[in-house]
Amino acid sequence: MAEEVKLFGLWGSPFSRRVEIALKIKGVKYEYIEDDLQNKSALLLKYNPVHKKVPVLLHNGKPIAESLVLLEYIDETWEGNPNLPPDPYERAQARFWAKFIDEKCLPALWKALFGEESEQEKAMEEALQNLKMLEKELKDKRLFGGGGGGGGGGGEESIGLVDIAANFIAYWVGIIQEAVGAEILNRERFPVLYKWIDELLSCSVIRENLPPRDKMLAYFISRVQAAKASK
Amino acid sequence: MGDKVVLLDVWASPFGMRVRIALAEKGIKYEYKEEDLGKKSPLLLEMNPVHKKIPVLIHNGKPICESLSIVQYIDEVWRDKSPFLPSDPYQIAHARFWADFVDKKIYDSGRKIWLTKGQEQEAAKKDFLECLKLLEGELGDKPYFGGDCFGYVDVAVVPFYSGFYAYETCGNFSMEKECPKLVAWGKRCLQKESVAKSLPDQQKIYDFVLQLKKRLGIE
Repeated sequence: MAEEVKLFGLWGSPFSRRVEIALKIKGVKYEYIEDDLQNKSALLLKYNPVHKKVPVLLHNGKPIAESLVLLEYIDETWEGNPNLPPDPYERAQARFWAKFIDEKCLPALWKALFGEESEQEKAMEEALQNLKMLEKELKDKRLFGGGGGGGGGGGEESIGLVDIAANFIAYWVGIIQEAVGAEILNRERFPVLYKWIDELLSCSVIRENLPPRDKMLAYFISRVQAAKASK
Repeated sequence: MGDKVVLLDVWASPFGMRVRIALAEKGIKYEYKEEDLGKKSPLLLEMNPVHKKIPVLIHNGKPICESLSIVQYIDEVWRDKSPFLPSDPYQIAHARFWADFVDKKIYDSGRKIWLTKGQEQEAAKKDFLECLKLLEGELGDKPYFGGDCFGYVDVAVVPFYSGFYAYETCGNFSMEKECPKLVAWGKRCLQKESVAKSLPDQQKIYDFVLQLKKRLGIE
């Protein structure tokens, strides 16, 4: 039976890009549909009525939403190059760190860079602490790993769920810092994390599934300007 | 082979209840350790240094944190008995989506109903009830979220049932009136031994909330 895979995404969304990376690692053919955030398309509201957000995957007509749920779905549905290891304990650890990134790192980083001035200092402290914890988890691994073959090197240090989930940290944070004129993540403070960023971005499947830097930077610069204008 | 299983928990925590239910469903023997959140044990701080929160499952000395992660872990390790997650990837994704929804939406708004007043409480109540209605929609006419069998989403949601009396009393509404299907579902789940022995009585949770309000100086 011909398989139909469609992805509703947003060019600049790290959550959307996570799903694309996972699909590409598995070699899954899919149709990409860019969603217009300002006028949420009728299709998006139909397929994700609960959150009304991208990414949404449509597999043979059946919708699935939430990027981390999707990463596991993709792993379980298509064979080869898994992003989660087979051992239950290691899977639990991967899920823990992916959740940590989404529920703690990303909100703190976002607030530290874009939040109200009164919140920024506290958010900055939290973001720094969270990044230090991530560095500690990395230890001397090249990647967070746990995957089975997507990194190009094979073995235990292939791209895993946590590497994919941390794409925001590897790519978006640097761009936003430039747009906003702040610095949280830098090589001196986080040498281990930077080594990981270099390693991750050297993987073609990651690099080829990121939004163009200049376009992303221009977007964030205009956001910063709009925020200033509205004050 | 002897498995050593320890659960660090707090009796009133809905997240802890999820794990208790999961362990009971699988018939796993474990040691329960009640934590004092005002004075966290060295074991808790060692086993969950990142969040310093309960529940933490310690299996043969190795810690697993985050309640939904723990439930999935239990399902994967003790896979032969009463599986929580279905085998079809789409159904699994569906179950994970709804458990994730509960985590993101129910706990925080529910807590605000207990601990705030006036406009903030009204907004929380609106949020909370909207989410419960979405859950009711998902339940539909099925006996459980898992279909005919008690499953992952049931484990994720049912602990909040023990808070229903506290929610409706603090928020001045009737759960039975607003979400009759969920109330019926909750009662059905309580007929299961694993749920009955893991969930505190609704009155006990209400008393706990009153004490919490007093301690925090809220009317």
